[in-house]
Amino acid sequence: MSPDHSSPGAGHAAQDRAAGHATFLGMLPFPEAAERAVGDSQLRHNLRMATRTIRHKREEVVGELDDWSALRAAGKAVKDRTLRHLDTYLERLEAAVTAAGGRVHWAADAAEANEIVTGLVRATGETDVVKVKSMATQEIELNEALAQAGIIAYETDLAELIVQLSDDLPSHILVPAIHRNRAEIREIFRDRMAAWGVAAPEGLGDDPRALAEAARVHLRERFLRSRVAISGANFAVADTGTMVVLESEGNGRMCLTLPQTLISVVGIEKVVPTWSDLEVFLQLLPRSSTGERMNPYTSTWTGVAPGDGPQEFHLVLLDNGRSDVLADEVGRQALRCIRCSACLNICPVYERTGGHAYGSVYPGPIGAILTPQLRGTASAQEASLPYASSLCGACYEVCPVAIDIPEVLVHLREEVAASPGHRAEKAAMGAAGWVLGGERRLGAAQRAASAARSVVPRRMPGPASAWTDTRDIPEIPEESFRAWWRREGAAEPAPGADPAEPGRSGGDEEGGRR
Amino acid sequence: MRIALFITCVNDTLYPRTGRAVVRLLRRLGHEVVFPEAQTCCGQLHYNTGYRREAQKLAVRFVETFADADAVLAPSGSCAAMVRDNYPRLCAPGSRLDRAAAELAPRVHDLSELLVDVLGVTDVGAYFPHTVTYHPTCHGLRLLKLRDRPYRLLRNVRGIDLRELEGSAECCGFGGTFAMKNADVSAAMAADKARNVAATGAEVLCAVDNSCLMHIGGTLRRQRAGVATVHLAEILASTEQEPARL
Ligand code: SF4
Repeated sequence: MSPDHSSPGAGHAAQDRAAGHATFLGMLPFPEAAERAVGDSQLRHNLRMATRTIRHKREEVVGELDDWSALRAAGKAVKDRTLRHLDTYLERLEAAVTAAGGRVHWAADAAEANEIVTGLVRATGETDVVKVKSMATQEIELNEALAQAGIIAYETDLAELIVQLSDDLPSHILVPAIHRNRAEIREIFRDRMAAWGVAAPEGLGDDPRALAEAARVHLRERFLRSRVAISGANFAVADTGTMVVLESEGNGRMCLTLPQTLISVVGIEKVVPTWSDLEVFLQLLPRSSTGERMNPYTSTWTGVAPGDGPQEFHLVLLDNGRSDVLADEVGRQALRCIRCSACLNICPVYERTGGHAYGSVYPGPIGAILTPQLRGTASAQEASLPYASSLCGACYEVCPVAIDIPEVLVHLREEVAASPGHRAEKAAMGAAGWVLGGERRLGAAQRAASAARSVVPRRMPGPASAWTDTRDIPEIPEESFRAWWRREGAAEPAPGADPAEPGRSGGDEEGGRR
Repeated sequence: MRIALFITCVNDTLYPRTGRAVVRLLRRLGHEVVFPEAQTCCGQLHYNTGYRREAQKLAVRFVETFADADAVLAPSGSCAAMVRDNYPRLCAPGSRLDRAAAELAPRVHDLSELLVDVLGVTDVGAYFPHTVTYHPTCHGLRLLKLRDRPYRLLRNVRGIDLRELEGSAECCGFGGTFAMKNADVSAAMAADKARNVAATGAEVLCAVDNSCLMHIGGTLRRQRAGVATVHLAEILASTEQEPARL
């Protein structure tokens, strides 16, 4: 296929598009963003269908393995051990990559990483690069940085392509366009493909096969022309300096093998010590992620091989807040994440809000604990994320590396609650703590509530309306349990037993008196 | 056996009928119930909302109040889970509180655990002639891992018609302050749960946690769905002579 399939001026249009790319900056706090999403019935339908399908697939293939819990424990242990000695393994990785003919660059933050990558691309003289799906480059907004330097990054993962063409934001770790259905995708292809390269064929339907074929034709031309590729990596093996990418479509394999220069941006937590450690994750990841026993493509490469594949390889090791996360004893478990997205697919909150409400490339339960740790909780948006969960624990249950997400959420809530602000809540919690701090105070509060039981309205004004807008409040009983117990409960002895003790005091100075 | 009842603050204040049912049930089974009056709250609300210090104070009170008990019954799955799962996180490792909490934790039970594991009974001689569906609740399911215990107890109730609940493992959307802080998402979750409950055709929704029942029940009542919400204790306490009132 020849480049003249593309419409005239496609390069310029793409550059304009790329420069104006949507961003997660300045997003609304979670509750407000979620309110919009919950009201979008099309979105809820798309998400419900997609998450349920993948959830069931995962459950089935995980259920096939008798040793799943042992594998999960092994995955957790390998990651924990690696994170404990991260500096050692990173140095080992650097030495191995260098020995294999690659070059290693260290980036402390997003700006540094973007600068390094931009410089590397510029040095090749190219202005187009192809990209393998990568969370790290999304995190640092690499495409936008490249666009500012006049370099266009072309996403080649099908779902990333859909997001890029529609100037949208990813809403899922694995399936960034999960919020779109087939009809919407057809529209996007029909209206936008031409501006980025090969146009969609006339009369494109919304049959998945036709859509995939349109993407294939659009992308193939791009693969053949591009001389620079940018990727991330799922794992980096320290012992041998080998990068590992798991994928389903084969686009990654094209990007990783066809171009002359390959640049991989990899978070420092992606390192695993050895190939036998890698083995554990190659079992955990596909089953948790796409619900497959094995993913269709696993690409591994070690430095450069003369005459075979890219002749120049750069590894950019990205910190961007990870060292801070590592310093937090409770929060550091988030660095075990292998980005499988099982926690998103099972999450009842994610299912109803979608990913955009989380205001980050990392949505869902993992995003709710990772984003506030990477970016801090100073702004209202990040501070709202630890509360974006009912703490139901489904995420923890499915996580292949046993990240106790509810534990970290509560830990981050502590951090937010301790910050200035939250005054009304602090006062309310303090008052509740005082009432519950003594049984006599609690008893008095209960009697006051019972006395007012007939005048409590069904719908309440102010903050309480958050409950009463959609739910009735329970009727307040005439007397509390403890009042009943004092009146008559304690008096009925068990058959053949001593009369029940009137109760013991547990440290409250008013204990036992009424 | 002498069983110390930790009624929990929500049951104490809003659902005394659950407490009375527990007392009736255990006495019928020949056990003694004591109610240490110094008890107030396990601290779950404070802990989950990020108020650790307040939660710690309540944990101290709980541990002191129940330290000598042979068995503690918390007729609320999430409160039992709070003591067993979260108290270790609240205490400085190796502290006096930590040791006392660890020592007490294995003796703290949810109702179905107490009956099945400690008292070794699955047929409590109950009678409840109604169609019932059971919501397992997140903490009962994932933290306490109650598994089939509640079902075994329910299946042995005479007259009961037990219906399976679609999507039972999914959260009802309560989550304590989550229901207020993220009211829209919470309400959407509750609406889906209520729809699944109504679809069973059951007259009664049962659970081991009144907080979840308050949330789902509040939604069902607002929809005038005609489904009553009843704690497991009330079904198990119900007999031909003293049937539960719906
Ligand atoms: S937190 Fe666990 S379940 Fe979620 S994406 Fe990461 S590894 Fe997967």
